[in-house]
Amino acid sequence: MTNWRWRAVAAVLFLLSVDAMAGSRVYVTNEKDNTVSVLDGDSMEVLFTKDVGQRPRGIILSQDETHIYICASDDDRVEIRDAENLDIVRYLPSGPDPELFILHPDGRTLFIANEDDNLVTVVDVQSREVLDEIPVGVEPEGMGLHPSGDMLVNTSETTNMAHFIDTADLEIVENVLVDARPRVSIYNKEGTEVWVSSEVGGTVSVIDPTDYSITHVIRFEIKGVNDEAIQPVGVRLTDDGRYAFVALGPANRIAVIDQQSKEVLSYLLVGQRVWQIAFNKAQTRLFSTNGVSNDVSVIDVGSLKVLKSIRVGRFPWGVVVKG
Amino acid sequence: MYVRFIISLVLCVAFVPVHHGVARELSVQEIEERKEADKQRAIERAKRGKKRAAATADEVISMGMIVMEKDVPPALSNLDPILQDEGIHGARIAIEDNNTTGRLTKQLYQLTEAIVAIGDDITPHFVHLYEQGIRYFVIHAAKEHLLTLADLPQAQDTIIFNISAKDNVLRNEQCRHNVLHVIPSRAMHTDALMQFLIAKNWKESFLIKGADETDELFAESLKYSAKKFGASIGGEKQWTLTHDIRRTARAEIPLFTKEAREYALLLLADEKGEFGEYIVFNTWSPALLAGTQGLTAHSWHRTHEQWGAAQMQNRFRRIAGRFMNEIDYAAWVAVRSIGEAVTRKKNNFPLVKDYILSDQFGIGAYKGVKVSYRSWNGQLRQRILLNVPRALVSVSPQDGYLHPVSPMDTLGFDRQLSRCTMNSKEASQ
Repeated sequence: MTNWRWRAVAAVLFLLSVDAMAGSRVYVTNEKDNTVSVLDGDSMEVLFTKDVGQRPRGIILSQDETHIYICASDDDRVEIRDAENLDIVRYLPSGPDPELFILHPDGRTLFIANEDDNLVTVVDVQSREVLDEIPVGVEPEGMGLHPSGDMLVNTSETTNMAHFIDTADLEIVENVLVDARPRVSIYNKEGTEVWVSSEVGGTVSVIDPTDYSITHVIRFEIKGVNDEAIQPVGVRLTDDGRYAFVALGPANRIAVIDQQSKEVLSYLLVGQRVWQIAFNKAQTRLFSTNGVSNDVSVIDVGSLKVLKSIRVGRFPWGVVVKG
Repeated sequence: MYVRFIISLVLCVAFVPVHHGVARELSVQEIEERKEADKQRAIERAKRGKKRAAATADEVISMGMIVMEKDVPPALSNLDPILQDEGIHGARIAIEDNNTTGRLTKQLYQLTEAIVAIGDDITPHFVHLYEQGIRYFVIHAAKEHLLTLADLPQAQDTIIFNISAKDNVLRNEQCRHNVLHVIPSRAMHTDALMQFLIAKNWKESFLIKGADETDELFAESLKYSAKKFGASIGGEKQWTLTHDIRRTARAEIPLFTKEAREYALLLLADEKGEFGEYIVFNTWSPALLAGTQGLTAHSWHRTHEQWGAAQMQNRFRRIAGRFMNEIDYAAWVAVRSIGEAVTRKKNNFPLVKDYILSDQFGIGAYKGVKVSYRSWNGQLRQRILLNVPRALVSVSPQDGYLHPVSPMDTLGFDRQLSRCTMNSKEASQ
């Protein structure tokens, strides 16, 4: 009886989720192919693949979701492309070797991490001008913005810090030391926590942005997997405060964490060297780039099941979902 | 025969190295363009007049670097310039990295460099730096000089980073409590090679060694590794010719290697490069080469580009105008180790030293996994690259070499194998 009832609930949820995902599109940068694969988030099929600039890595959507921004790392610029057909719209200056970036809620201020120069470059998307360069630690990478856009958290891989930068005057307010090689930083929906993954340290630190203290250090343990292979990179938090997902690199797994208790609930086996992850808008599905197996895994957030692996180009790196 | 071909094909596929960060190596022209762009951007930044990150330091951390000039060997395979600035640029880049962090933690790192001329005594240089209050030393010198320094009364409350002496004995009987070895031991190199050869199922080999003392040490290390992993070195021969082989290799080497004609794999122990390069394609029968030439083991090499290394390669070339080598890399790791420990423990000598040898310590050093020091002999544990001159072949430890703590401890002297008795805390207890 109970079983039957759950099945009915699951069926309804599934239908709802299908509805919520209508028209969702997944964009994946293939670092070594210099292409972007465009996937239908619904049917989980590759729609088309487009040639882009050299060594594409970070990828985001514009505020109105009509444009895609791509860090073309070896071209030292950012490409703005049409979200429909990926035709080039225009280029933005980025400083050398742009890796990851984030767009301010104002829709025009872009913050770019320049790995080579220990800088965060601030660019006005409309005037295409470099507004400022903020000196940060060695090898800046992760970019997390407070939901209000007031505070930017940038991580530096070799300095091992999360830098809190006031976006009004572009000054560093505080530096928080975390475990080795921090990669991704992200605020929760309320802006009350910052989650920072440490690739070499093998941990995720949760920072209280009011006093910059580290409130939790989340560790991972997987039977049969060497500690050194556990390398947290991509982090995504559900808006409902329920789950946190952490991509664990060469451990080939995504950790599912209770966002409230910070306890690891389970590990989902995905492709090899899972790196970046992204939700669809309804947060019913999570997509991961698996760099070594050259595919994208699709995870159903409701059931915490891996639905499918979709073959894309070589070394899929960044991922963003429209709709 | 056909089956064997298929097997080797499968093996080849299985051992294709995994590339992560795939930034390409910049051309000389691109390096110049990048330098020019850096200058232009610095000018623009100065115009905007903002963000001169110049916090005043609360704490100054001084380090000393002593480099002994090397005897220039006779020109034998004189394609590569003899470097007299090995290590220095690596240390300088690491100081820059430390200071980028130090700007935020209000700590200033300084490096004092001293060059010791050939025949000069290294001791006064060390004592002079010590008297200036320096306690962290990066030393590029041979074993004897390193030990002389480590045994000085002044050196007892210092940390000495060995960035060039590969002697196995320094990790065993002649280990010192105040010396950390960033450069891999010969055994780490030969273990890395041997694991790969075993993984390929190439277990039978013949050894050719030079006449130098270092060649003998490398040959011994190869034998040690072969025994450790179950390979067999079926015979050996010493290189005795002393004339310039470049004009006569085609005539002499086939005869010299005739004795090894049954072996498809020759191991070479020729650290100076006196004859090894000329064995290639001059052997009596077709043979693969590994050791000091052919397939070689390094902790850093120009072909290394994964795990973010491409970025360090380009940065180093912009500054030094040449490729980074493993001594430069060791110097970078040494200075970064101090930076990392001081960031976390402040400039407190006993705390810093304990922290570096503890299992909490680890730094990202472009090897995919953190590098850290073995508490029992002060050796840095790290992955070892296996390469031919223009390509990376594999990275050791090889898959399948399991270890309860770290697979990297299958390279070199693991806790149970180490005969070091005076370095580690647990060994002295």
